[in-house]
Amino acid sequence: MASEIIMRGRAWVFGDYTDSYQILPQQYWHGGDKIGNLDPGVLGEHAMEGAEPLFAKAAKAGEYQFIVAGKNFGGGGKSIEHPIMSLKGAGVKAVIAESASRYFFRNAINNGLATLVSEGISKKVSTGDELEVNLNTGEIKNLTTGQKMTTQPLPPIVLDIIAKGGYINYTKAQMSAS
Amino acid sequence: MPRPMTITEKILAHSSGLDEVVPGQLFNCKIGLAYTMDFLGKGVFDNLEKLGAKKVFDKDKVVVVFDHKSPPCSAADANLHSIVRKQAQKYGLKLYDVGQHGMMHHVVVEEGHLVPGIVALGTDSHALTGGAAGAVVMGIGVTDIAIAMATGQLWLRVPEPVKVIVEGEFPPGVMARDIMAFLFREKGWDGTAAKWTYRAIEFAGPAIAKMEMDERFSLCNLVSDSGAKNSIIAPDETTLAYVKPRAKREFKVFQSDPDAHYEEIRTLDVSSLVPQVACPHSPDNVKDVSEVAGTKINVGIIGSCTNGRLSDIRAAAKILKGRHVQPGVRMIVSPVSQRVYKQALNEGLFSILAEAGVIIGPATCGVCTGGQLAVLGDGEVAIAATPRNMKGRMGSKEAQIYSANPAVVAASAVTGEITDPKQFLG
Repeated sequence: MASEIIMRGRAWVFGDYTDSYQILPQQYWHGGDKIGNLDPGVLGEHAMEGAEPLFAKAAKAGEYQFIVAGKNFGGGGKSIEHPIMSLKGAGVKAVIAESASRYFFRNAINNGLATLVSEGISKKVSTGDELEVNLNTGEIKNLTTGQKMTTQPLPPIVLDIIAKGGYINYTKAQMSAS
Repeated sequence: MPRPMTITEKILAHSSGLDEVVPGQLFNCKIGLAYTMDFLGKGVFDNLEKLGAKKVFDKDKVVVVFDHKSPPCSAADANLHSIVRKQAQKYGLKLYDVGQHGMMHHVVVEEGHLVPGIVALGTDSHALTGGAAGAVVMGIGVTDIAIAMATGQLWLRVPEPVKVIVEGEFPPGVMARDIMAFLFREKGWDGTAAKWTYRAIEFAGPAIAKMEMDERFSLCNLVSDSGAKNSIIAPDETTLAYVKPRAKREFKVFQSDPDAHYEEIRTLDVSSLVPQVACPHSPDNVKDVSEVAGTKINVGIIGSCTNGRLSDIRAAAKILKGRHVQPGVRMIVSPVSQRVYKQALNEGLFSILAEAGVIIGPATCGVCTGGQLAVLGDGEVAIAATPRNMKGRMGSKEAQIYSANPAVVAASAVTGEITDPKQFLG
């Protein structure tokens, strides 16, 4: 079991139904036929561009580390991982939403991007608030307001995947161990 | 004795040698089939290389099908095909290249790779299609698929089951997709409320039993957009008649236990259903055809993994026979696969459509994604028998897409405005 993962940073709050198209507009979903395929460095320039064009620059400058969102973050029926790579490229450490789409949750975890579900969080955090997130206990502290929030802690396998930086690294470690 | 289980639970448990599974349980699932395509294929093979995998877990259980960029419409697309083709050869995988191709969700069943009772994974959200053959089929990303291809396993969470019992007789002009389009009204789609997210949606009942396989695939396909994890129809005689002659491997048939527990059981009577139209710009903005009848259209589209099957093309030909597409409307038909293309051609459906002024294209996802053939300009209005209608989906962000069944599309192409097909189906 990996040691406890505690993250600190500032949050940018997005509303309900922020879908894949808003996280990364469709024109950046290249199939490897163009530069920037799944390169976080390139895609990070456009993270959240469809919802808030100012986000990517501010996040890349180190001003924001967390995305807080309302219901069904990352929906839109996209199995592609480009939107997740854009968030990683912008330096986002974790997404905390009221709910997340299946594809987003799964692909985010697989790429080592922690995604937590916390009831009503989009109303309890304002853009710019500083948060402390404990992935193991699921506890979230809003250091700006002092409010404490809880989430369902992530299952051990998910924590292990995140600790190893994604499902590929996790699997490689397992393959070499066996 | 294990607890009573649904067909999805039984398949998940059996695949991995477990006696039972329960919703919410995480487990390491053994995979029976993994497939990918051109658009995301490079990402898949890149990940296989990152894993250091020199080979796949079982060459007979990994398939590559060209669909999204087929045939290529740009040098970049052609280059992408070259890369993926080379990688498929390197790993010794069966590739359905341009000319044998089609939407992968359909081709894997049509060619007998996807059989009842297995767990299958495809790198695209509309993968749920194959569940109509009585398998557990999920859409996943390029990371998951690479791991599944390399190891034959994947961590999965057992979904909560929902049962939809469909009763009654289909009225003229109402088709399989109308069931799901109607349900989007209350369940939302994956871009909004997505009340069925993570669920296993099982269809059953007398109306399902009467449906042919084409219609079942169409229905299970459209469930994809609800955010559900899988959709499934337990095999019956119709399924076996379809699957047996194609199956490339032995398979086992599962049925839900009569006393299996479901999170939700929903009954729907199709007799009272009318054609459903998803209005701009969301698949869950659904109205009865009568509410939008008269809306002028510029483009009609029939195709995609939802509605490019033989029964869809037949439904269009039935209406377009002896009629003509309204001048000023461009109407495009793209079959779901090259095999369906040949069937439609041999059946004489294409001459009916061509006489009516329809453009017949190759099998390509491009008619749904704005990639090719059906690309919309500023201010254009389309009626499309394809799954999705979000803003900018088919080109211009200033275009409007109405989604409906192929009979509605054909009738609307004749009149130049959204039309209930029943007037042509007397």
